[in-house]
Amino acid sequence: METMEKNGYINSSNGARTGTYTVKAGLAQMLKGGVIMDVVTPEQARIAEEAGACAVMALERVPADIRKEGGVSRMSDPQVIRAIKEAVTIPVMAKTRIGHFVEAQILEALGIDYIDESEVLTPADENNHIDKHNFTVPFVCGCRNLGEALRRIAEGAAMIRTKGEAGTGNVVEAVRHARSVLGDVRRISTMSADERYAYARDIQAPVELVNETANLGRLPVVNFAAGGVATPADAALMMQLGLDGVFVGSGIFKSGEPAKRAHAIVQAVTHFNDAEVLAEVSEDLGEPMVGINLDTLSEPEKMAHRGW
Amino acid sequence: MPLRIGVLALQGAFREHIQKLSVLGAAAVEVRRADQLSKLDGLIIPGGESTTMGLVAERWGLVNPLRRWVSQGRPVWGTCAGLILLADRATGQKRDGQTLLGGLDVSVNRNFFGSQRDSFEGDLQVAGWNSPSPAVFIRAPAVVETGPGVEILAEWTDPDGRTVQVAVRQGHILGTAFHPELSRDLRWHRLFLQMVESVTST
Repeated sequence: METMEKNGYINSSNGARTGTYTVKAGLAQMLKGGVIMDVVTPEQARIAEEAGACAVMALERVPADIRKEGGVSRMSDPQVIRAIKEAVTIPVMAKTRIGHFVEAQILEALGIDYIDESEVLTPADENNHIDKHNFTVPFVCGCRNLGEALRRIAEGAAMIRTKGEAGTGNVVEAVRHARSVLGDVRRISTMSADERYAYARDIQAPVELVNETANLGRLPVVNFAAGGVATPADAALMMQLGLDGVFVGSGIFKSGEPAKRAHAIVQAVTHFNDAEVLAEVSEDLGEPMVGINLDTLSEPEKMAHRGW
Repeated sequence: MPLRIGVLALQGAFREHIQKLSVLGAAAVEVRRADQLSKLDGLIIPGGESTTMGLVAERWGLVNPLRRWVSQGRPVWGTCAGLILLADRATGQKRDGQTLLGGLDVSVNRNFFGSQRDSFEGDLQVAGWNSPSPAVFIRAPAVVETGPGVEILAEWTDPDGRTVQVAVRQGHILGTAFHPELSRDLRWHRLFLQMVESVTST
């Protein structure tokens, strides 16, 4: 017997509370210091697991292919997701379109461990994101700045990542977004209470979350890098900037030797402060993904603008 | 001098353990290399992904030093993924099996409680404690079989009526399937520091 409570569900027979915010944010805490890899087949998922990925993102197409092929990009076929889930023991994430709460319901029914409400897919709602409090499964969302991060957390996101610019193999946007969020967190930590009210209004975020962030000196949830990470050095750069872990999308399976590169990026995230280790793991990785210079992308081609 | 406690920092929730240890006055450090072990009084293996930790530990030659740590009777505590790594036997491993350190005479079932949907918080009755301990279980393992030298500190009964062990102790080894580093209860960290104290004072 389960009864719904404001913060999750209570099982009346043993008092277990599922879907609480502690439990949702807790899984993200366990992923810290790890690498989450995009995979499109069970075989790729196994390669990722053997390389030490702390989770995989189950997809039909990696962002680089979404970019190339165009058209409307949607939640993956449940069959693909199920097959990947059966292949590995580590957590499996999957993407839903922004605002598409029915895709999210389907992913929850599939027993997915984390949902990414992602700008990489074509948005389904141009005003609203999903009310993530309504779900037992936790959500991760992308952001470019502190206001966006705190709006997503207010909607129930239990993990945040930079948007970067997915499928480009170019880390510049992820760096921009990380510097913006982390710089603003440092800035609000020095603000007085009255300044924080005005600041919260300016960035369109709830003042309670602005205060909580300022008092903690960091976002109230785990914060990963994503969007353009392609090398062990890129991953370590994001870690040294102060992020908690790294998503690698197209960067692994669009490179010459995916297993080797995946393994190297995992080592680089653990030893992000040890340049000798980084030198060692960066050797002889084969061809990286080709990559796209951002100034050759037109504004509508950039995915990071999606989301509000 | 404060007790020097290392927290294995290959992946996972190592920072949360360090914060709890600092509150209790221990000197806590992140451990990533084998040569750091010699300077420590106790070691915590945190929650995270046990396969990731095993693979990274292997890559940097940490597996044998860690096994020696356990076999030499030095104090060690594994939470969640850490419990899996310390177990002598684990079911539900990835396809090609995974690296275990062993030393704790138990069988664990790796994702006993299911996927993230089934992760939960609950109040644990702990042997000898006068109030229940709030516990957070995240895709948690469970101890399904214990050897003769293993003391059972806490059990949990799931809605289907299956009872499993979620906190165990075998001499200098402490294992918890849940995450005391995520709850407000400091008693588990205090218990471990007492275990370390009793080993270092002899």
